[in-house]
Amino acid sequence: MNLLEVRDLSIRFRIDESTTLDAVKGISFDVPVRSTVALVGESGSGKSVTALSVMGLLPPENASVGPASRILYRGRDLLTVGRSEMQKLRGAEIAMIFQEPMSSLNPVFTVGFQIGEVLRKHLGLSGRALRERAIELLNEVGIPEPRQRLDVYPHQLSGGQQQRVMIAMAIACEPKLLIADEPTTALDVTVQRQIMDLLAGLQERHEMAMLFITHDLALVSEIADHVVVMRDGEIREQAPSSQLFRDPRDAYTRALLACRPPRDRRPRRLPVIDDFMKEGRGPTMEQRSRGLRGDEPALLEARGLAKSFYFREGFFRQRELKAVKGASFRIAKGKTLGVVGESGSGKTTVALLVARLHQASAGEVRFEGRDLLAIDAREAMPYKRRIQIVFQNPYASLNPRFTVAQILTEPMLIHGIGADDGERRAMAGELLRKVGLAPESLEKYPHEFSGGQRQRIAIARALTLRPELLICDESVSALDVSVQAQLLNLLQDLQDEYAMSYLFISHDLAVVRYMADEVMVMKDGEVVEIAGPDELYANPKHPYTRLLLSSIPGRVQ
Amino acid sequence: MRESSVWALAWRRFRRDRLGFFSLIVVLAYVALVLAVAAGWLARDWQQETGVSFAPPTFLGAEAGASESIKILEAAQPASDYGIPDPLGPDLAEIAKVLTGASPNEARALTLPLGADKWGRDVLKKAVKGTETSLFIGLAAAAVATFLGTLFGALAGYRGGRVDDSFNWLYSVLTSIPYLLLVLAVAAVINQKGVLTVILILGLTGWTGIFRLVRAEYMKHKVREYVLAADAIGASNARRMFVHILPNVSHVVLVQLSLHVVLFIKSEVILTFLGFGVGVDTVSWGSMLAEAGSELLLGKWWQLTAATVFMALLVTAFSLFTDAMRDALDPRLK
Repeated sequence: MNLLEVRDLSIRFRIDESTTLDAVKGISFDVPVRSTVALVGESGSGKSVTALSVMGLLPPENASVGPASRILYRGRDLLTVGRSEMQKLRGAEIAMIFQEPMSSLNPVFTVGFQIGEVLRKHLGLSGRALRERAIELLNEVGIPEPRQRLDVYPHQLSGGQQQRVMIAMAIACEPKLLIADEPTTALDVTVQRQIMDLLAGLQERHEMAMLFITHDLALVSEIADHVVVMRDGEIREQAPSSQLFRDPRDAYTRALLACRPPRDRRPRRLPVIDDFMKEGRGPTMEQRSRGLRGDEPALLEARGLAKSFYFREGFFRQRELKAVKGASFRIAKGKTLGVVGESGSGKTTVALLVARLHQASAGEVRFEGRDLLAIDAREAMPYKRRIQIVFQNPYASLNPRFTVAQILTEPMLIHGIGADDGERRAMAGELLRKVGLAPESLEKYPHEFSGGQRQRIAIARALTLRPELLICDESVSALDVSVQAQLLNLLQDLQDEYAMSYLFISHDLAVVRYMADEVMVMKDGEVVEIAGPDELYANPKHPYTRLLLSSIPGRVQ
Repeated sequence: MRESSVWALAWRRFRRDRLGFFSLIVVLAYVALVLAVAAGWLARDWQQETGVSFAPPTFLGAEAGASESIKILEAAQPASDYGIPDPLGPDLAEIAKVLTGASPNEARALTLPLGADKWGRDVLKKAVKGTETSLFIGLAAAAVATFLGTLFGALAGYRGGRVDDSFNWLYSVLTSIPYLLLVLAVAAVINQKGVLTVILILGLTGWTGIFRLVRAEYMKHKVREYVLAADAIGASNARRMFVHILPNVSHVVLVQLSLHVVLFIKSEVILTFLGFGVGVDTVSWGSMLAEAGSELLLGKWWQLTAATVFMALLVTAFSLFTDAMRDALDPRLK
């Protein structure tokens, strides 16, 4: 029996007077009782819009649902029920969890108040009964000391705990259908594992149906009974989970599955979507071997690198936060050192220290024998040129008021590369071609490009200075998996061509395994393990490394 | 097609706002008027006493208020006060005749388009000339204040630490004094009347609000990745502050500039009204309103009305234009 039936759903957004965007183009799928259906797709596929339309949360001022569309919940069309009736359903029968727990919780109310609001409104509880039920809920979602936690504010909880509170609010009225929109995307991998286990347990206990929305196919393989793959507002394929992962029919599904770095092999290049869409299957690739022989010359060597931040507490006291505690590592010429760790582990701080963007508190960074941390800014200029960095967020790392030409010629101008503007522009055009963009893009502004293209521009900017060490700080993490594969290929090609060294930072263990010749694991500012990728993944020494590895989604696969 | 810069997009959004666009046209008309006056094409002879004293506006006819004003004029004749004719009267009349090149009562118009003031000067011409003074003061003072506020805000927000502390201290001192008191204090210290003085008074005291906003923007932007990226390619501090960050906060600065133009036009009026503004040889809306105070008692409302309408129209248009500009410049571009 189906709890939810979506039929011919089409949603159109009005962007301005003349342009409209068809976000969802006539899709149909079912969510049976007590089962989990996953909507999978990359950004712009229409998966979140579909979820919002089920909740009746589409912005009324610019979204319109097609006339033939129907969303049947227990036989009633949610698109035609009245506002007050919908409000009764929302929260009580259909609940939703959002991606960002930090912005979904109201920062000025306590956790207990926010859970209590749901209970008051839908169940009419009050006083002691309400408090007891709230404690019960917090207990159920695995928050320690729930009695005390009821009176804290959201910012006093960690990201994982905030998401647990969100889940507690969602299940407060024992809904029949739970919609989870990328509930773990913003969380660390070990926390993601806990939340996934929690959701699976809750679903079983409460006999809920779940509509699980994600971009991560590996995650889906663990939780979903049925998978719906979406692209550009259309359904490419829907099948039972077991069948879809064993025998994907659609070329796009196959491409999505193949473009993630595999756990057991290391192809020279990752297949990309286009390979599949044109030929129906990916190219077969020879393998690449990774690792250090041990006799490579070191390009950079860090010893006892440390960084503390100070926060004022009260009038006189200061609190010290040790972001990095004595990290030592070396980066071999032409090789890649991968850094993995969760948020707050200090991996980004290490990158900023090496690039001299933050002042280190202690330690040394030897670059060709010279200690970079001991010299002043003027002396460091020539080294600055040789160490470049590509940041995580391509939307934030390019100056929105500069054209691509300005972005690319500025570093050359500062370092006196190229004789005149004409020459510099020609060089910039050449670099754009190298990173896979048309040279005509020079006159455009960053906002005219997609995320992947912007990251290519950021890479081109770093390349203008011909660096010997390129720091990639989560450079592919914010991108869709298919775009990620293209950029990893690009980075690999550039390393092969220019023999650059990489300091490759990521929370994504599969990507690091694919890219790195040596992997450094960080936790709470400390380096807990450094080893070759194959050895580290096959035979982790440190318990934390073992925990990280066991948290990678995709056990079933 | 290549016109896709942030400014071009903002302009496209602005044009869609009808009210804002209409306001812009009004503001531009005022600017054109000011340029024409500055070039000497208009209202050059505003000091000419072309009408009879308190000549009423043409649309009211010569009779309106005339009988009343004559009565008062007669009553105001010093000669009739004591029953003794003024012994110097004929001589003064002669001197006045020589100076103006015309006899005082000869060939004077009985009505003028918007009436005349006490000395018979054309109110329309005064208002036009006053527009030049007031708008110039508003623009120049706002430019000074915005320049100072932006510079100080950029330094304080970007540098932080001691620099920030000292600018904040200056800011706190200046804002802890009531605004009008501060303005009058500076005016009393400078003790010199004139357009330049008014600009300096307003500019030197009015930068605090802009400082606070720009400082906050710089604090927000200096930790953004594009600024870190500029650091990584070796851009100097000055380059990061003014080449990288400034264009990204310029929308704030522009909106503030335009808000302060309105504010300073009003402040000039208040200053002049209180007697600290422009000198007697200059006409501004403020000096017109200052004169209007006593005129109103005599029932001569046209100078007050002219100055008020001229000012209200500009201030309203400028405010609406600022609002539309703020909407258009909203940099939530993706």
